[in-house]
Amino acid sequence: MAVMRYREAVREALVEEMRRDERVFLMGEDIGVFGGAFKVTEGLLAEFGEKRVRDTPISENTIVGMGVGAAMAGLRPVVEIMTINFALLAFDQIVNSAAHVRYMFGGQVEVPLVIRMPQGAGHQLGPTHSHCFEALFLHVPGLLVAAPSTPADAKGLLKAAIRDDNPVIFIEHESLYGERGEVPEGEHIVDFGRAALRREGTDVTIVGISRMARTAERAAQELAERYGVEAEVIDPRTLRPLDLEAILASVRKTNRCVIVEEGWPHGGVGANLSALVAEQAFDWLDAPVERVSGADVPMPYSRVLEEIAYPHEPQVVAAALKTLGREA
Amino acid sequence: MSSPQQATAQAALPTPEELREWLYTMLLIRRFEERAGELYGRAKIGGFLHLAIGEEATIVGSARAIRPEDYLISTYRSHGHALVRGSEPGRVMAELFGKVDGLCRGRGGSMHMFDLPRRFMGGYGIVGGNLPIAAGLALKSVYEESGEVTLCTLGDGACNQGTFGETLNLAALWRLPIVFLVTNNQYGMGTAVERHSAVTELRLRGEGYGVPGVRCDGMDVLDTYYKVSAAVLAARERRQPMLVEAVTYRFRGHSMADPESYRTKEQVEAWRKRDPIKVFSAKLLEQGVIAEAGIEELDGKARAAVEEAVQCAERSPFPEPSSLYDDVYVLGDQVRGWYSHRTFEPEQGGPQQPSEAYSSGWVPRQISEALERGSEARAGEEEG
Repeated sequence: MAVMRYREAVREALVEEMRRDERVFLMGEDIGVFGGAFKVTEGLLAEFGEKRVRDTPISENTIVGMGVGAAMAGLRPVVEIMTINFALLAFDQIVNSAAHVRYMFGGQVEVPLVIRMPQGAGHQLGPTHSHCFEALFLHVPGLLVAAPSTPADAKGLLKAAIRDDNPVIFIEHESLYGERGEVPEGEHIVDFGRAALRREGTDVTIVGISRMARTAERAAQELAERYGVEAEVIDPRTLRPLDLEAILASVRKTNRCVIVEEGWPHGGVGANLSALVAEQAFDWLDAPVERVSGADVPMPYSRVLEEIAYPHEPQVVAAALKTLGREA
Repeated sequence: MSSPQQATAQAALPTPEELREWLYTMLLIRRFEERAGELYGRAKIGGFLHLAIGEEATIVGSARAIRPEDYLISTYRSHGHALVRGSEPGRVMAELFGKVDGLCRGRGGSMHMFDLPRRFMGGYGIVGGNLPIAAGLALKSVYEESGEVTLCTLGDGACNQGTFGETLNLAALWRLPIVFLVTNNQYGMGTAVERHSAVTELRLRGEGYGVPGVRCDGMDVLDTYYKVSAAVLAARERRQPMLVEAVTYRFRGHSMADPESYRTKEQVEAWRKRDPIKVFSAKLLEQGVIAEAGIEELDGKARAAVEEAVQCAERSPFPEPSSLYDDVYVLGDQVRGWYSHRTFEPEQGGPQQPSEAYSSGWVPRQISEALERGSEARAGEEEG
């Protein structure tokens, strides 16, 4: 095991896949000379040259669309969108093209395209640079959606994403880039559609999405230490495909479920997951499914407001206790 | 840097045989579109139907300026582009009928034709949505040094989309071998070019991005062929992206649902006098390339091909309800089946039916019931 930062794990995945397959190349704003807005692609231009590490103009929709075209023609592009809010400029190409061309052309083409982007609050970047949009992409058939929360998963899932023949929305988290973690040496691939069990427990299932998987783990620690509650923490890692079976199995064991996400509550990942759990594990539930989500507001700038606009451990602890009929 | 006009001289002169084939293809597109319009009126074809009647010279003249290995990518007015690339008319018509033998197995319909073996890279329903994809195709040609040129058609309306500026800039910046063919049929749906563009000479719109533009007479197949050939040469030999504005006119409405309140009968009549098929036929007669009887023979052949296409579309079955989930994803180790539910048994679907192996239970029971209802309704229809 090597210990590395999340951003280094992402970079290592890119490097390994580019060395392995000549067709893999990168496109994005300031990924080359500048080294990436979050320094994920630092040094790659020097190793791979301008043919394969392509600085683009600020034209998100067209960069993604070019990725679609290049992928349809047989290349394997990895497009970086500087932050997830900018992906909204590319929503036309992501949905109408990347996700749909295979289906609407009757299966004649494949779109092996990866679109990487970081999300998340906590850096006082206000309403245009801080959101979490897993739910927007999760909504779209034809896309695969990954949201790794550890360096190991960041590397393993990205390698799997690049090798998959479907368009993948690969959601990184700005606050995780500097986090360290153990990453298995050598060929390390994490298949999509397999949830990770972060902590075993018997009393309540907590599902954490993206960075919230980490928050959920810390909340579980506190639940055990202060309240004697043993929470089971599940990180789905990918939302399409979704390892619903792992979540249902856990709920059948604990009879309680809390879903934690950083994004907005309405139409969110939690709304979707809680519906699935209610539909498919209703008889096993001893309490309504609890959702902990970001506040239903555009992300504010001021630190005091931003802090309370996305979930922290106390809300998760309170939600878990609520499913047990207890108060914090 | 040689100008496009100079390069014109380098374009091969079409042989008499080629000229006759062009006329035939223009007639085929015309007869196909006329028949499609008729069948739309009889509810054989659903959705929107955008006919290219009047634009045949632009379609054939430009498409004959590229090689079979080059990419052609078009818009939602795309039947003619499929036909000019050699797609079987029966499969184009079957697509309009929503039948399983359609080019896209009934998934795309009129706006979304696609024929990969013929490198017809699709019709796209979003105005300007095909430009970035075209740039991606051209990027592949540069990346692999495979030598193809991409011919990207767009309408006058698409010149006002963000993708126009973004893609032209990138094409020039990265020196992509791509020709943007602006099919200026004078209207973005019902909005006249004077009412949607401050600069109405659309060939100028690429200059500031580093994409030189020329205008051609889109009602004249030869002029279109020469101007596009010159542009293709610049793209292929010098990796200089080019824009060609073909000034043309569609004789029918934007779609079949168009009352045409935005233009006068007199204007339509004036343009009809310049009908590209009439003009080209007259020229070929005058040059002795073909005789009256020869034109009639080609027209008869085109009409017969269209009739055969209609029969083919009629004969083709509708897609199986169990194919609903086919090709949403490429299946493999990671995506082992589309969010399946247990009612699809393996024998019901094709090679890509949702597998039970991956049962996240996403698709609720209601969908399978709806599918069953659908197939019952279909069975009833066929009996009646």
